[in-house]
Amino acid sequence: MSATVMTPDAENDQARKSAQMSRRRPSLLQDTTTVFMRELRPVLHNPFSVVFSMIQPLVFLGLFGPLLSDFPGTGEGSALQWFVPGIVVMSCLFSGAFTGSNLLFELQTGAHERMLVTPLRRSALLIGRALKEIVPMVMQTVIIVAVCLPFDFELHLAGTVIAVLILAVMTIGIGALSYALALASKDQDWLFWTVQQTLLFPFLLLAGILLPIDDGPGWLRTLADINPLTYVVDASRLLFNGEIASTAVLQGAGAAAFLAALGLLVGIRSMRRSN
Amino acid sequence: MIRTNGLTRHFTVKKETVEAVRGLDLEVQQGELVALLGPNGAGKSTTLRMLTTLIPPTSGTAEVAGHDVVREQSEVRSRIGYIGQGNGAGHTQRGRDELISQGRCYGLSRKEARSRASELIAALDLEAVADRTVSTLSGGQRRRLDIAMGLIHAPDLLFLDEPSTGLDPQNRANLQEQIAKLRAEYATTIVLTTHYLDEADSMAERVIVVDHGRVIADDTPSRLKEVHAGDGITLTFDHEDDARRAADRSRRVIGAEVSQFGTTVEIRVLGAPQLLPELLVNLAADGVTVTSAQVARPTMDDVFLNLTGRSLREGGTEPTDTETTVHENQEIAA
Repeated sequence: MSATVMTPDAENDQARKSAQMSRRRPSLLQDTTTVFMRELRPVLHNPFSVVFSMIQPLVFLGLFGPLLSDFPGTGEGSALQWFVPGIVVMSCLFSGAFTGSNLLFELQTGAHERMLVTPLRRSALLIGRALKEIVPMVMQTVIIVAVCLPFDFELHLAGTVIAVLILAVMTIGIGALSYALALASKDQDWLFWTVQQTLLFPFLLLAGILLPIDDGPGWLRTLADINPLTYVVDASRLLFNGEIASTAVLQGAGAAAFLAALGLLVGIRSMRRSN
Repeated sequence: MIRTNGLTRHFTVKKETVEAVRGLDLEVQQGELVALLGPNGAGKSTTLRMLTTLIPPTSGTAEVAGHDVVREQSEVRSRIGYIGQGNGAGHTQRGRDELISQGRCYGLSRKEARSRASELIAALDLEAVADRTVSTLSGGQRRRLDIAMGLIHAPDLLFLDEPSTGLDPQNRANLQEQIAKLRAEYATTIVLTTHYLDEADSMAERVIVVDHGRVIADDTPSRLKEVHAGDGITLTFDHEDDARRAADRSRRVIGAEVSQFGTTVEIRVLGAPQLLPELLVNLAADGVTVTSAQVARPTMDDVFLNLTGRSLREGGTEPTDTETTVHENQEIAA
């Protein structure tokens, strides 16, 4: 411990330090980077954590996927070729929807409040967090593809990369919505989990991720048509199988962009009102 | 450093308006150490949350570090430090990383943030744990990390909300030491809230007593005790008769507030330690045998009791978290 007596030098030093340090406001980009890096650090320190939210998609892949061989509507070739893109979307959806729980926890511990008192822009607090979702989402996609490669799954690299780009945009939106839900559920954990669990499976089933919807009843197909995820799933299926030039791909990209825009809009609004 | 004018904050709880803070006029000069003292729900935290831009006032104005808390939020934010009731560091993060990112939030360069973090880690004795995950730290270590985060940008003005709630006596003493050191070294202006009487008493040069959202007293701890509460002398006797005679004698000698319960006599007076020997000599001359004599110095609790007629401890020892939580929920619902 240093001496407690204040010397004139220390006084000047402090005055100078204070003047230099706290009077320069970072740009929105810098703010966003600060938040992004802060969110990313625990993932980098503990990469295994990304597997946690993947458990359900992996269970479906292993225990549900095999039931799909020769199932009508899953295409000609291997069932994995139809099923894997859906599982990738599912894993993005789950990790994005789950991520609000991190903020929910920080709302309770005081870490969020601490950041609200800093000059960080509210929008950066949300955008930085939402952008970070891309990292675990890419890691998860690589894991799923790697797990499937030894089996009857053919990788089309160019299409897969484009699919990952579209899914990254979608994940930003899902993540942002999850953060907005966390902010609305402050001090009421149950609200976050209830809403999240209630919405997750209907969206999942109505996007035709587990089973094809094409032969379902009309009302169900109508619901699927208004589910933006459906378009992302359809686009992913084409892209993972190497079909890049298609209107469905454009529609998928559009749906992902819509989700991202909606998520960021709602998320930033919630963050601005956060206290 | 701080100037408020009719600062008011209402919350809506089940369609009823709760006036958490009512027309607060406050002035704090540079370099002061001020304690806001009051029971749970008195409006201390709400006041702090307005001054730190976390919530806007319902009416009235506040200027903090030369800037308006509503119109110039980011100016205020960049000049103040805030250590809230909870833990500022994310539990999945590492302490040093959080300190550096906190520095980046205030616009420090990567290099500045890193060296400032190391400096504070050393000053707050966190070297052994700074690179561990926050969730593995003890309560006291986390609190020191919170303080380090609040100081990363060397703020001119530091707010602490219930800084010692939930700390054991040793860590409380440690915290008080850190705050004293901070003032000695950096002449930082400090505003803290507390419902610990001894804390306000021993640390602050100025105590602002808040109750029901209003300031009911504002002075140095010793002046407050002098004006709003005297010392207490308690004498006990073997016989009630002796006690009665002693009470009469005390009234004549000291002319103070004297009450007698059975074999006990209680006297409220200023300067009891000086008066007691004289009183004992007088009683001995009367042939009254005193079994025991005790002098109690006034506490902030006596001050509070005198000011409000209620004990500060009546609210129980629960931290104010629940209070704040309720307000915020209702606010969102409203």
